[in-house]
Amino acid sequence: MSLLRSLADRDRVFDFLVPATSPVDVRHGPILYLEDVTVSFDGFKAINRLNLTIDDGELRCIIGPNGAGKTTMMDIITGKTRPDSGQVWFGSRHDLLAMNEPEIASLGIGRKFQKPTVFEALSVFENLELAMAADKRILPTLTARMSGEIRDRIEEVLVTIGLAELRARPAGILSHGQKQWLEIGMLLMQRPRLLLVDEPVAGMTEQEMARTAELLTGLAGKQSVVVVEHDMGFVRSIARQVTVLHQGSVLAEGTMDQVASDPRVVEVYLGAEDEEPA
Amino acid sequence: MRRLLFFWLLSLLAVPLGAQAQPSADDDSAAIALLEALDVGSFADKAAGIEAIVQSDDERARGWLQALLDGRLQRADDGRFVVVLDNRGRDWPVEDALTGEPLGEMSRRDLDRIGINNALRNQLRSAIAVVDLYAPDLTLRRASAERLLGEVDADLAGPLAEVIEGEEDARVRQRLSQALAIHRLEQGEVAAVADLEGSLHPRVRVALARAASGDDPVLVDAARSALNGIEQMIKVNRAAETLYFGLSLGSVLVLAAIGLAITFGVMGVINMAHGELIMLGAYTTWAMQQLLPGQPGLALVLSVPAGFLVAALAGIAIERGVIQFLKGRPLETLLATFGISLILQQLVRTVISPQNRTVVSPEWMSGSIAINDALSLTLNRMVVIGFALAVFAGLMLIMRRTRLGLEVRAVTQNRAMARSMGIRATRVDILTFALGSGVAGLAGVALSQLTNVGPNLGQNYIIDSFMVVVFGGVGNLWGTLVAGLSLGVINQVLEPWAGAVLAKIIVLVFIILFIQKRPRGLFPQKGRAAEG
Amino acid sequence: MQASRFWLTRPFAERSTQLFLAVLLAAMTLVTLLHVALPQGHPLHVNAYTVNLFGKYLSYALLAVAVDLVWGYLGILSLGHGAFFALGGYAMGMYLMRQIGDRGVYGHPELPDFMVFLNWDALPWYWAGFDMAWFAFLMVLLAPGALALVFGFLAFRSRVTGVYLSIITQALTFALMLAFFRNEMGFGGNNGLTDFRDILGFNLRSDQTRLGLFLASGVALALGYLLCRAIVGSKLGRVCVATRDAEARTRFLGYRVERVQLFVFVVSAMLAGVAGALYVPQVGIINPSEFSPLFSIEIVLWVALGGRATLYGAVIGAILVNYAKTVFTGVMPDAWLFALGGLFVLVTVFLPRGVAGLLAWRIRRRRRPDDDEPTGSEVSA
Repeated sequence: MSLLRSLADRDRVFDFLVPATSPVDVRHGPILYLEDVTVSFDGFKAINRLNLTIDDGELRCIIGPNGAGKTTMMDIITGKTRPDSGQVWFGSRHDLLAMNEPEIASLGIGRKFQKPTVFEALSVFENLELAMAADKRILPTLTARMSGEIRDRIEEVLVTIGLAELRARPAGILSHGQKQWLEIGMLLMQRPRLLLVDEPVAGMTEQEMARTAELLTGLAGKQSVVVVEHDMGFVRSIARQVTVLHQGSVLAEGTMDQVASDPRVVEVYLGAEDEEPA
Repeated sequence: MRRLLFFWLLSLLAVPLGAQAQPSADDDSAAIALLEALDVGSFADKAAGIEAIVQSDDERARGWLQALLDGRLQRADDGRFVVVLDNRGRDWPVEDALTGEPLGEMSRRDLDRIGINNALRNQLRSAIAVVDLYAPDLTLRRASAERLLGEVDADLAGPLAEVIEGEEDARVRQRLSQALAIHRLEQGEVAAVADLEGSLHPRVRVALARAASGDDPVLVDAARSALNGIEQMIKVNRAAETLYFGLSLGSVLVLAAIGLAITFGVMGVINMAHGELIMLGAYTTWAMQQLLPGQPGLALVLSVPAGFLVAALAGIAIERGVIQFLKGRPLETLLATFGISLILQQLVRTVISPQNRTVVSPEWMSGSIAINDALSLTLNRMVVIGFALAVFAGLMLIMRRTRLGLEVRAVTQNRAMARSMGIRATRVDILTFALGSGVAGLAGVALSQLTNVGPNLGQNYIIDSFMVVVFGGVGNLWGTLVAGLSLGVINQVLEPWAGAVLAKIIVLVFIILFIQKRPRGLFPQKGRAAEG
Repeated sequence: MQASRFWLTRPFAERSTQLFLAVLLAAMTLVTLLHVALPQGHPLHVNAYTVNLFGKYLSYALLAVAVDLVWGYLGILSLGHGAFFALGGYAMGMYLMRQIGDRGVYGHPELPDFMVFLNWDALPWYWAGFDMAWFAFLMVLLAPGALALVFGFLAFRSRVTGVYLSIITQALTFALMLAFFRNEMGFGGNNGLTDFRDILGFNLRSDQTRLGLFLASGVALALGYLLCRAIVGSKLGRVCVATRDAEARTRFLGYRVERVQLFVFVVSAMLAGVAGALYVPQVGIINPSEFSPLFSIEIVLWVALGGRATLYGAVIGAILVNYAKTVFTGVMPDAWLFALGGLFVLVTVFLPRGVAGLLAWRIRRRRRPDDDEPTGSEVSA
């Protein structure tokens, strides 16, 4: 038994080795680079020759009316949907189109879904534990042990997302906003280089929204963050760079003020701002 | 005998058909003499008696010959000649051989059969065939021409050629020419081979094979090449037959699966009791036939709406009783409906019987259509194929053209939205499930014509049905049709060299592997809606 | 919170496991004592037939635990676990068959009776080695494991899950049943393998051997239970639950969901194989009916009745249903299928969390009376 234990002990080392060294090459600037990407469903072009560049450490907001291809773009970056043509590069070394979802995830791209998906049957703490960057192969996962260091890291994130009190409760009982934060917390546990956040404030109260804005701006710099959002007020409160998508391609790009004064943007999107659901 | 026949044929040719005189009183004494000549001890004398009857112009001759052949021409104790109408039981209904008037029932002990031997049987058959060649009834002429194939000898050859010229029906003419050609082939005539080429009749093949193993090298060559051609055509016909069996098996699969395609594909409900709904349809047919004894056809026709109704009502009961409580939990639905299937099976075992019940096929479904000599299509399978296609077409119409179909599709795609448009989703659920179940009942009605009706009937089809739906692509009726038909054909193609069980295993394994390759089946739904 | 212990020993710290093991041990001791210590004819004496029956229930319980592992924790409803059970059983049956030696009806030194009957003159190659116990017992694990590996690899790689997976697992066991019915397969066809004499040198008909098999089944159940507990209590177990509830999300966290599924599926298949191997010497026969889809789906009912995702619930369910089956088929055999069918309906509609979940479910209902949505810890299929 003691022999087995010593073997198990050695496995522990891997848990920390793997995530610490990110292989992403960002010496040339951009961390994410999409070129000429096209994807169609049954003839309908959800994404049409899309070009997009995200710099390392940037916080980018992507806006666009419904059906502009925002979620499809996220699907392509995370490997869920394969484009018909085009290129997607992570840093200057990794061709994302040649990888599957877990590979992309372990490379350091984290995604928060539009609808918050947390593991409802597991506790808040366990949700964060699973999300943690670690060796995610089967045997290391089977023999994984909870060390003080891991616990500290999880506690730290629990405090950041304001759910420390609820750590032992199943995630299923959390409110909508709390689930959103838990999901952001799970992304933080992954220590991603790039965070893709899909409509983080949909259905949130004003206070929750402010707290979320705080969370996201706090992340920028350490991580690159891409936020897809409908809520203009929220975007204005966090955005430095804004990209407007329309019918699957980029319509305009720049600061919020630049974009807001672009007549094309006003026509397709901002003019309808008041009608957008908060 | 043959020579006499020849003269008789000639004489008949001179007499216009149907112009024979009515039998009069003194004719009857002659007729009695004719029959008396049959009731003799030696078979040689009987042969002479038969010839005499053939030569007589008596229009009752064919009836006598046939009755004699069938052993139904008998002599009563009082010396009268009678024809037995039905020789089952102790007392047999008989009629007078001369006047044809019914004489009621006679005890079998009072009757004496006029016996014949095999030589006489052959003689009788040829004689009847020749007599029939002049019958006004086309079916009789065709049958008789059929019978003459391979039976023609030198005596018959001459008059036959004349008969052929006088014959109006092309098929009779063709058959008789072939019969004649076989005779010519036997005489060593090479040109006869040309007349036999392309015929798929087994007797033609026997004659050609015999010629091919003969001594005359020219004839052997010609016969061989003709035989090769025929073998090729037989192969084609075999393939066509396999295809036909495959399509018929396939349409059974389509029938069994199409109801499932609606409940599973459209509503997302896994109904493991689907097989038992099929069983209910089959039992409805059986019950209908019990209610209408002696009218299997009418019962079957009535079973179509009745089977639909019974299964649909059962489906509604299942939907209301169980499935509505398990919405959105497909695996639980699967288990619960499986429980229902067990209950239904046991119910049938307890209430009706654990044994199989026989369902009679009506006359218009038995028999077959002969396409050529090597290929005949059985009618019951044809009816099932047609029925399956009709049911499919009907379902397509309902789904595409009616308000119900529209509402079903709306509820399938977005339940909440459909409800807010004023569609009563619950009612649509009930109707859809009733429709799918009712179609299962129709499948049962059709299946009752092909297999045994028993409590396990449904069980045998449930896995196959699911395979068809999954193979075709869930939610796609066309996919179900294509999948069902192609699986049926694949199964039939494999069966000859793999055996029935192995063929089935191969098909199952094929589908299991296919699903790995294309998890959404042959015709997947694409796009955003299909995700997740 | 999780105790940081070695993963295999972790379950010993859990209250439920301690309780389960205690009850199992107590039951086994009690049955043994009542069987051995009390004379026949004593009202509390447990006769050999009953010991045998209990042994059968325990092997069924192990099978149910195996199904619960994949269904309860991984969300894979296998309707084909009977196939793994039967394969393990056939591996054991082949060993027992070879042990008969020349004592068969035809007295052939090597060939089983059915092969002599079919006029075969040599053992098929796949029967080689089954005269050795170690090889046969290894095959009890490897044969179901290999089938699960190949089948699972194909299915999970293509992301065939949910209802589709259930249907093709059912087709799998159905195809195997048809195959094993064929005499040409060399597994005794319709009649299967039977007329066993002894196992590891012990006469199968003696009471001591039956008691031994009963105890072996109990030990196997305990070990299998511990293994499953260890898995579901580990981080991997939480990954399983995560996969069950949100497969795509788990994938985005970087877990190779298909490998997790495959690993757990193969472990479960091997446990089912062990259960089959213990079952066969106790009932004295293995035939293709163990492959029937009906049996496989019945196993699922045991788990559903006992309570999914608890493991001990599976044990309770297996014993309850099979005890009921024994009673019913003895008293009124016709009613059994009604009862079984009714159970399926009642459990799924009224008792979705089974016997084990009944209490917890009630408590939560009281706390959140106006919420019908499945809550956090509720299992969603």
